[in-house]
Amino acid sequence: MTPTTVETPTGAAQTMVLNMGPQHPSTHGVLRVILELNGEIVVKAEPIIGYLHTGIEKSCEAKTYSQVITLTDRIDYLAPLSNNLGYCLAVEKLLGLEAPKRAQYIRVLLTELTRIASHLVWVGTHAIDLGAMSVFLYTFREREEIMKIFEYVSGQRMMTSYFRVGGLALEPPPGFLDKVRRVIDALPGHIDEYEDLLTNNRIWLGRTKGVGIISADDAIAMGCSGPMLRGSGVAYDVRKAFPYSSYEDFRFEVQTQTAGDCFARYQVRVAEIRESIKIVRQAMEKIPKMDGPIRTEAPGIIPPSREEMKTSIEGLIYHFKIYTEGFAPPPGEVYQVIESPRGELGFFVASDGSAKPYRVKVRAPSFVNLQSLPKLAVGRLIADVVACIGTTDIVLGEVDR
Amino acid sequence: MESQEADKNPVVQRLRQWDAEAVSEVIEFRGETTVVVPRTHLSRASAYLASEPFLYFAFLSDITTVDRFPIEPRFEVNYHLLSIARSDRLRLKVRLPGNDPSLPSVTSVWPTANWHERENYDLFGIRFEGHPDLRRILMPDDWEGYPLRKDYPVEGPR
Repeated sequence: MTPTTVETPTGAAQTMVLNMGPQHPSTHGVLRVILELNGEIVVKAEPIIGYLHTGIEKSCEAKTYSQVITLTDRIDYLAPLSNNLGYCLAVEKLLGLEAPKRAQYIRVLLTELTRIASHLVWVGTHAIDLGAMSVFLYTFREREEIMKIFEYVSGQRMMTSYFRVGGLALEPPPGFLDKVRRVIDALPGHIDEYEDLLTNNRIWLGRTKGVGIISADDAIAMGCSGPMLRGSGVAYDVRKAFPYSSYEDFRFEVQTQTAGDCFARYQVRVAEIRESIKIVRQAMEKIPKMDGPIRTEAPGIIPPSREEMKTSIEGLIYHFKIYTEGFAPPPGEVYQVIESPRGELGFFVASDGSAKPYRVKVRAPSFVNLQSLPKLAVGRLIADVVACIGTTDIVLGEVDR
Repeated sequence: MESQEADKNPVVQRLRQWDAEAVSEVIEFRGETTVVVPRTHLSRASAYLASEPFLYFAFLSDITTVDRFPIEPRFEVNYHLLSIARSDRLRLKVRLPGNDPSLPSVTSVWPTANWHERENYDLFGIRFEGHPDLRRILMPDDWEGYPLRKDYPVEGPR
């Protein structure tokens, strides 16, 4: 980008090209934005990405279907369970399998907790970007409680890998639902606290209202999804439009706002946390009434239970074969989409009939949403660029993969 | 594999009525419909799919390539379309030969294709004619080779 000449009230002047990032606290990772400025007004903005590119899609091709799950955790590290779910559903679709109902409900419960945790990080970090320090401390306190649930269930706070092809890795430990209930019962009050701090805060309103507007048509044309799209008034939510993992059994509303600015996206995310709490409550009610396995039965594809592996010769053989060779889905291609906290997360998995995926492509919502940053930022002040990057809610691990 | 089920799909029927040559093959797998389009027809077909009121595939979800090396035609470029209004999905597939992996850009129909096409250019070396800014996006600008091609080693170049 080179400086150009622009007309200003005091005569013609040269624009200035400013490099923001890749090491900048507001970029939430390593994002670089080249800005062309007329005074403090952004004339042009160009995001440069790829600093975190680790070739996850290439690595997937060298792993068996089950091994890939651990890589999906690391794509969007604020919502690892959403990635696990998207990938597992894609492979299940390829195999023509479905997880048992109980496993599906536990998946819904945990991915909604993931959504809450991810949105909490967003509220906190976005507030810090705009100068409100205290909210961050509160949201991270609550997020930690959710992380403890993940650790209790899967053994890991972040890189959970808890969802497996055909179901779950382990039976959730006893007392799991009580722990969830304790966290969920406390949350609505905490969210009221954040709203007290932000929603009517004049500085917050000044920094977000009317900033970074994107119209519904532009948002669709730019491929925006998730809160970015719903903040512009398009009621598209994958959970409603293409229900997966039994989302059709749960009652919730798709949250939209029409303003399309940073404040609208903030409102959508806060409202989504409240909707997710409703879904978690419904799941908590339903799960204890269900019984049955946590993994579907498919000899040679889904590992047998521990007892079966120890007591039957077939079980032992399958166990050995699955963990040494993996399993081979029929040749074909599937595209499975889920609603991750950031929007439409798609997994395209192509099989050539071998035990390793022929191609895995992640349709990362952050990658696509980030593309509309110039649309949000041009014509605004430099300080607003920070707000615009914030409300697109990017995770650079997912952008660069 | 052309099944009768796929022929009943109203979107496929509509496309066939509009231009029979635009549909060279229909694949139905796990409830997903794939329409194979010759690359000469891609621009017109995408404009038609995006704007036709009955179809209204205004949202381009993703563009991705599969490298079938050493089989020819080597590359398959997949366009994942979404109609929010009708809650419907469709995959367009364009097959490209290994010695000339180029096809027209769809950025004029779906502006979001800009970064998707850059990614496919970056990782597979597919050239999108008429793209406003076809540069590498994830790899460094001076990188040699196209990492996601099947003849590119997982460990990187030696």
